[in-house]
Amino acid sequence: MQETAVIEVKGVHKSFKTVHAVKGISLRIPKGQFVALLGPNGAGKTTLVEMIEGIQKPDEGEILILGKHWKSNEEELHRILGISLQETRYIDKLTVAETLQLFASFFNLYRDRVDSIIDLIGLEEKRKSYVVNLSGGQRQRLAIGIALLNNPKILLLDEPTTGLDPNARREIWVILMKLKEQSETTMILTTHYMEEAEQLCDYIIIIDQGEILKEGNMEQLLNSDQEKKIVEFTIESNSFSREITETGSPFQIQWDPARKKGIVEIHHIDKELPALFEYLGQRNLQLKNLEFRKRTLDDLFTSLTGRHLHE
Amino acid sequence: MNRINRENQLFQLILARIKETIREPGVIFWGMIFPMLMSLGLGIAFMNKTDIFRRVGVIIHNQDTISTGDSTHVLQSFLQHQTEKINNPKDRFPAYKFTIRDEKLGNSIFLFQEMRWDEAMVLLKRGNMSIVLNEQKGQIGYHFDPLNPDAQLSYLKLSGVFGKKGNPVAENRTNIQPLTVRGTRYIDFLIPGLIAMGVMMSTMWGISYDIIEKRSKKLLRRMVATPMKKYNFLFALMTVRLVMNFLEAALLFIFSAIVFGISIQGNIGALFLIFMAGSIAFTGIATFISSHTSKTEIGNGFINAVVMPMMVLSGVFFSYHNFPDWTIPFIQPLPATILADGLRSIFIEGAGFAEITVPSLILITTGVVFFTAGLKIFKWH
Repeated sequence: MQETAVIEVKGVHKSFKTVHAVKGISLRIPKGQFVALLGPNGAGKTTLVEMIEGIQKPDEGEILILGKHWKSNEEELHRILGISLQETRYIDKLTVAETLQLFASFFNLYRDRVDSIIDLIGLEEKRKSYVVNLSGGQRQRLAIGIALLNNPKILLLDEPTTGLDPNARREIWVILMKLKEQSETTMILTTHYMEEAEQLCDYIIIIDQGEILKEGNMEQLLNSDQEKKIVEFTIESNSFSREITETGSPFQIQWDPARKKGIVEIHHIDKELPALFEYLGQRNLQLKNLEFRKRTLDDLFTSLTGRHLHE
Repeated sequence: MNRINRENQLFQLILARIKETIREPGVIFWGMIFPMLMSLGLGIAFMNKTDIFRRVGVIIHNQDTISTGDSTHVLQSFLQHQTEKINNPKDRFPAYKFTIRDEKLGNSIFLFQEMRWDEAMVLLKRGNMSIVLNEQKGQIGYHFDPLNPDAQLSYLKLSGVFGKKGNPVAENRTNIQPLTVRGTRYIDFLIPGLIAMGVMMSTMWGISYDIIEKRSKKLLRRMVATPMKKYNFLFALMTVRLVMNFLEAALLFIFSAIVFGISIQGNIGALFLIFMAGSIAFTGIATFISSHTSKTEIGNGFINAVVMPMMVLSGVFFSYHNFPDWTIPFIQPLPATILADGLRSIFIEGAGFAEITVPSLILITTGVVFFTAGLKIFKWH
């Protein structure tokens, strides 16, 4: 029997003036799951999340949250949802504590909840600082704090770490991992950082151009071609030849001209590796370095679309 | 319990809005200090009688000298006997100072300077002086542009001096009674105008700009994605603005009462009514123009488009009756005109509810109509 879905999206479409942003996406997200919507900028992630948040209406299809439609259930759904929108800027001249207190009042919550959130997001020292004086990472932590005020059953975070430095990003991951341990909250997070999806989420949905390309947990996504290995190699910079990516070669080599790096997927090390050496040698390409590494979500995305997640 | 909680939400919204407003130094300056400075500047500019200083060119035909003391030459003898010779080595023209004393209107100080005709014409063209005198056969000739009011005034004053046979008079003995009765001075006209302007400017900027800015920061859509009641948000915004308007106006009034002795001659209740009605009118207009755009630049344009014409036309600083007659029917229905006229009638004409009820109803209706229309197209997301 299938687990009851907390969020159910059925055949949803959404178009804007010139863009068909979401093209028939369906999802079922069970309780307590942390889900990543992974895709490059403009993939349709924000549009999809905003439809789930009730901010946008789908042109077609339906969205059910705990079995309820947005229409005529707004008040109730607002109470169980915690959201953080992309690029929200809070009131400059209110302090951290005052901002939280304001949002707490919308949920009829009192000061003790504000205090425990400030503790959770690690802004104790900044509780009396104006929002305008916070760093990017602190603002984002405040935004997540606001999203968590009402102990939401469903947390929707739209690119919570975009534009943050690695440390600030990690601080946000820590908050979310703590939440995962301590509560039964279901979370959808949009991101174009594969590490974020890998670190935080049980289930990853790869989206591009308004469609789901692939979904599953990390193992399902990466081990579906378990025998495939990734070989990355560099060659002496002046010996690069176009031949390396010529059609008809026995290897499908992706060439990254910026990093002067070639990537090739091979199935059988013992047979294919000597063949690769021979192939390069025949073309007088001098190998400088070569390494095997695990397949990543970016490799998967590239193999599906021919582009990188960050392009 | 539920009721208390709802009040809590509204209370927090109002509290946040107050903090946000008073923590912005610009709000205090433009809303409270600037109108006071303006009343001070304008009030003093139009009240003080200052000495008026004028240069007069004197053409001496007999080039050799005026020191011969030929008494048939009125001008020459006047300069010699009635004036004070000034020795300024930097000025190449011999100069003589003559003062007409007037305690009520302020002294007029004339500086007569001898020069040739062509020299006088150069100074006239440069605007350094506006009148030139010469004398032919015992008659004084006045040369000036009849369209220049300053030159005309000089002419009138000087002809008063030279018109009298015998000794020219250096004192104004006519009986002038300046109007300093309360309610008839320029400052009495100005203060209600400034209060009306304050209500318009503060409400338009305070409400419109705030809504547009919150929309552009995506804060508005974040707030409505909670159980926050939209009407609480708007109500908090308006309540705080109304209280701020009241404080700003009260401060300006107290200031002008102390400095200029302004008083309210009409009914205080009626004053409160028209003040509230004006605030409601501009709140409605402000909500309407900020209902859709999320670009602050466009918002600025909208606000200016509303505010600027009324600043000029509605008689804030000067009576709109100076505009051509055909424009008056277009100016009078403007909300700022109705408000300024209403405030003035209470401040200086002693009006009460009878005179103020209809204009107040018009203002309230304007506000309600714009507000309702604004809400219909209001973009929260």
